[in-house]
Amino acid sequence: MNKWEDNKAWFMVIPVFLVVAISAIIPLMTVVNYSLQDIFGPNQRVFVGLEWYKDALTDPRLHAALKRQLMFSSLVLLIEIPLGILIALMMPKKGWGASLSLVLVALPLLIPWNVIGTIWIIFMRPDIGLLGAAINGFGIPFDHTASGLDAWITVMMMEVWHWTPLVVLLAYAGLQAIPEAYFQAARIDGASGWAIFRYIQLPKLRGVLTIAVLLRFMDSFLIYAEPFVLTGGGPGNSTTFLSIYLVKLAVGQFDLGPAAAFSIIYFLIALLFCWLFYQVLLKVGTGDKS
Amino acid sequence: MARIELNHIAHSYIANPRSNADYALRKMDHIWEDGHAYALLGPSGCGKTTLLNIISGLVKPSEGKVLFDGKDVSALLPQERNIAQVFQFPVIYDTMTVFDNLAFPLRNRNVPAAEIQERVKEVSEMLELDNVLHKRAANLSADAKQKISLGRGLVRSDVAAILFDEPLTVIDPHLKLMLRRKLKQIHTRFKLTMVYVTHDQLEALTFADQVVVMNEGQVLQIGSPQELFESPQHTFVGYFIGSPGMNFIPCQMDNGNARIANLKIHVGASSKNLKGDFELGIRPEFLKLRKKQENDTLPVTISEVEDMGTSKIVTVNLADHTLKVKVEENREITFDEGFLEFPPEWIRIYADGDLVETGMEKSPDTLELTE
Repeated sequence: MNKWEDNKAWFMVIPVFLVVAISAIIPLMTVVNYSLQDIFGPNQRVFVGLEWYKDALTDPRLHAALKRQLMFSSLVLLIEIPLGILIALMMPKKGWGASLSLVLVALPLLIPWNVIGTIWIIFMRPDIGLLGAAINGFGIPFDHTASGLDAWITVMMMEVWHWTPLVVLLAYAGLQAIPEAYFQAARIDGASGWAIFRYIQLPKLRGVLTIAVLLRFMDSFLIYAEPFVLTGGGPGNSTTFLSIYLVKLAVGQFDLGPAAAFSIIYFLIALLFCWLFYQVLLKVGTGDKS
Repeated sequence: MARIELNHIAHSYIANPRSNADYALRKMDHIWEDGHAYALLGPSGCGKTTLLNIISGLVKPSEGKVLFDGKDVSALLPQERNIAQVFQFPVIYDTMTVFDNLAFPLRNRNVPAAEIQERVKEVSEMLELDNVLHKRAANLSADAKQKISLGRGLVRSDVAAILFDEPLTVIDPHLKLMLRRKLKQIHTRFKLTMVYVTHDQLEALTFADQVVVMNEGQVLQIGSPQELFESPQHTFVGYFIGSPGMNFIPCQMDNGNARIANLKIHVGASSKNLKGDFELGIRPEFLKLRKKQENDTLPVTISEVEDMGTSKIVTVNLADHTLKVKVEENREITFDEGFLEFPPEWIRIYADGDLVETGMEKSPDTLELTE
């Protein structure tokens, strides 16, 4: 008890506590506060309890957006993680080729989100876009403003092009950190290229891949700029992901209460998935079954 | 099991080596006899790991050939050479159990499951790993992991030689001794050709029948521990082996005597034809420290006495030169000035680092060894 109450160390924690409070907890509390009220104007508000949460959880449009969102994030992980590892494996390990390929791979990461959207809109335009026009030229109709599938393909390509490099960089760093003796021992043991990947490289990459999966999941789960710039969530609602729907609700319709409740739910879902990924990735391949 | 022959082997990591300094390993020939245990001893960066990797095939030598039992294997990959190698840091496959780790080299070679079972059982019993066979290898201690690395080599019945690259570096001191004994046991039981790289002279001398001493990419001497101790062929060998290392004093040779400043040491008649600048070498163990002057003793001042527990190391000054003398543990050094005797049979004379002359009156047992 004494240790808890008398410990002067608590004073030391105050600065950090203040920073976290101002940067995270107080804004979050504001959102919690909003989510429990119906707000008509600056001085007109009514306490409604968990009403907005009930509404949000039973909103079919939110369900649809969540489904889209999960689908999108799953596809992002399924494409970017293996692709990132594959590219990292193919990159030269030393010499000028290593530096050059690192710079080339990192380029997309340096471009701002909305610029990426603009680049891809022009690139994919059916009339003048290099790729869009080429696809149409082959006789395959492709128009991201008219077809939901085409809009999806375009957003996926943007996302993969923009963010696979991050996975590549992480995986590359992880691969470089494996001591040479592992590869030498594997050669002496007569291991095939696949066995080396499966039993040395992949297990050694677990740490960086955990980070990569978490980062890519969070980022893709919160995606906003790309679909917004491309079609604003359309055509129809086909690319209305959670954040697009949230902004429509909060800014478009000015429903602050429901939007706040939605934000909290959104935050909790993201947190839940990150925790799950973390728990699974921490244990996979270690033989720990708890 | 195999006899390994190195034929004019040299290696440089630079594309066009010009001088000797560009070579990680200078030109050498050596035969590793079947079933013998060798140690490669030298300081870090002397080329011993390069030499080991040339034998295993991990490094392709810039010049020369490697022959196993007379067959040229220079072009073969490590996995085709039937070599096992244990590295400085234990290499294990993290996601596998101990059993799967040991079975891995056999599975890669498509050995039938029943035979794998049998071989793994045998090897794991010998290495005392049988009680952890079905545990994850990643969760074991460093010495158990190193035993697994070794086991992956032993499990292959056709293995030609086992190469060790400083395998005990990360092992706790009290386990080092046990593992070293295990290696010895395995050697006597299987009569495998073993090559053991180390920078620890104690490890080298206790493990091997023959020790290869290297420095700066060059093999300086190959010999039994006794030969290395009694007749170092090079000043580096004298200095590197022994604790403390051999004493070396610059001297002028003249008419069978070595002159140090105005002092004279009698070397022997056989060195009569040596003239000019040389180095005189003698082990601290063979110097005799006396309190009183006798025949053929030189005056020294005593600067330090270190008690090593089993012996005492006395540091003495002889005409501006510092020498170490090993004396018995129970001898009390109460005097500041004394006299040093240089037994002629233990005096070695070196020119530019190489041995040119051993003392005159050799004791009978060393006579046959140095030949």
